[in-house]
Amino acid sequence: MDFATLFVQQLINGVSLGSIYALIALGYTMIYGIIKLINFAHGDIYMVGAYVGFFAITMMRTSVFPALIISMIITGILGILVERFAYKPLRHAPRLSVLITAIGMSFFLEYGMMYFVSPTPRTFPAAFESSGISLGSFVVNGQQLLIFAITIILMALLTYIVQKTKIGKAMRAVSFDTETAQLMGIDANRVISVTFALGSALAAAAGVLVGIYYNSIDPLMGMMPGIKAFVAAVLGGIGSLPGAMTGGIILGVIEALVSGFISSTFRDAAAFAILILVLLFKPSGLFGTDTQEKV
Amino acid sequence: MAMLEINDIHVYYGAIHAIKGISLTVEEGEIVTLIGANGAGKSTTLRTISGLLTPKEGSIKFLGEDIAGKPAQDIVKLGISQVPEGRRIFANMTVMENLELGAYTRTDSDGIESDFQMVFERFPRLLERRDQAAGTLSGGEQQMLAMGRALMSRPKLLLLDEPSMGLAPLLIREIFNIIEDINKSGTTVLLVEQNANMALRTASRAYVLETGRITISGDAKELAASEEIRKAYLGG
Ligand SMILES: Nc1ncnc2c1ncn2[C@@H]1O[C@H](COP(=O)(O)OP(=O)(O)O)[C@@H](O)[C@H]1O
Ligand SMILES: [Mg+2]
Repeated sequence: MDFATLFVQQLINGVSLGSIYALIALGYTMIYGIIKLINFAHGDIYMVGAYVGFFAITMMRTSVFPALIISMIITGILGILVERFAYKPLRHAPRLSVLITAIGMSFFLEYGMMYFVSPTPRTFPAAFESSGISLGSFVVNGQQLLIFAITIILMALLTYIVQKTKIGKAMRAVSFDTETAQLMGIDANRVISVTFALGSALAAAAGVLVGIYYNSIDPLMGMMPGIKAFVAAVLGGIGSLPGAMTGGIILGVIEALVSGFISSTFRDAAAFAILILVLLFKPSGLFGTDTQEKV
Repeated sequence: MAMLEINDIHVYYGAIHAIKGISLTVEEGEIVTLIGANGAGKSTTLRTISGLLTPKEGSIKFLGEDIAGKPAQDIVKLGISQVPEGRRIFANMTVMENLELGAYTRTDSDGIESDFQMVFERFPRLLERRDQAAGTLSGGEQQMLAMGRALMSRPKLLLLDEPSMGLAPLLIREIFNIIEDINKSGTTVLLVEQNANMALRTASRAYVLETGRITISGDAKELAASEEIRKAYLGG
């Protein structure tokens, strides 16, 4: 393969990997926006989403799209429950207590799943058959097309919900100024639940897509992508939805280029190098505002 | 029966005893003012009425119903809305979106639509800026937006926390005229101010708050004339 072909091919791989990061990063950034919590269990929510999709396909014998929707719904409910029982009681506790609880929740989900589904990786069924398309000398395979399509649809849907609907406006109001939102008659607890549901559903979609793409899932599969998506959210500017979307894609592309042109050994190092650079030079991220949002 | 009847409430921030037994009433149709120095507990009182804080003791009755400890959204639905101190507009949202949020508890789209018109008639400058980010408005415009937003819930009782804060004298006069206007069109007003001069001129009755307790209360005009008030709050 010549340089240009390899470059374009890695770009395609990077965007599909980046789409996954972006879907997970959206949840991080939404939850951070609304309760200022880095939800370290978010990567594990994504893992649960992958398993729900797996069981929908293998046991309920559904095809990909119903599995995706079932997984998004069930994992969305899981997100609501996690917030309700682990984070809500700590609403007025110091930030550090909630952070520690999130780490605990992460272990709880990882080892809870190991107990129920065994630690052995499962082979995700080849539920999506498509030849993909080849453009000259490089190819976009069927799974990648699926990832692009689903990611674009979900991002458009989320943007519509947040910008145009009543609950979306309430979400923006609560993340900007919770107390004043309450003075408008907004039930902040309900809005927080909806935010966890949406963020978890997006992570679940990412989990199912990764299952289809890499064919293998296991209870610890959320650790690395969880951290990467967090890096993506910080890169884009934590709290910003367009930031999470672009941050995810950029991170995916950089990782793919590093794997393709340097060595895949340095892939993860590249991601963390980016985190360090962002924190050093633009801590508010690409789309972050430098002004503080609360007085 | 008074519209709002607060009876001996005590409010704490953790261990800090901020409100130490306040009682006050607001009759339907009145403008009542609560004045006092910085840190006296004026905002805490309004935040407690709005349900952001729960009194440890005492009762708050609105139209006969005890509302102490009810969630904030229920209190808005019952007909109390607040213009908070410092305006607290949603700066990253448009003027129109801010007003829509003010109508959050309502479902009567026709009524909401006509109330948008009412707000724009009262505050024509908001109409010109309706699609602008609220954060780009001037201080006076932001105060008008905060008031318009509060009116969008069609409150029976409007709580105003220092509406004159940080505004130029001419604008302060305009804001107070608007407050009187809102009151004349049927909304009862509880007005918190450090600007005692303007507040006493606008209100019919007044309460003076000092470190969590009401020390003086009575007719606003009489208080404005009293030696004690002139010395402490009106600059001689
Ligand atoms: N969030 C808070 N936490 C702790 N103490 C507070 C808080 N808000 C206000 N206070 C204290 O409560 C008292 C009353 O404050 P406040 O109601 O804001 O006064 P005012 O509105 O009259 O200036 C002050 O002593 C203030 O320091
Ligand atoms: Mg105050």
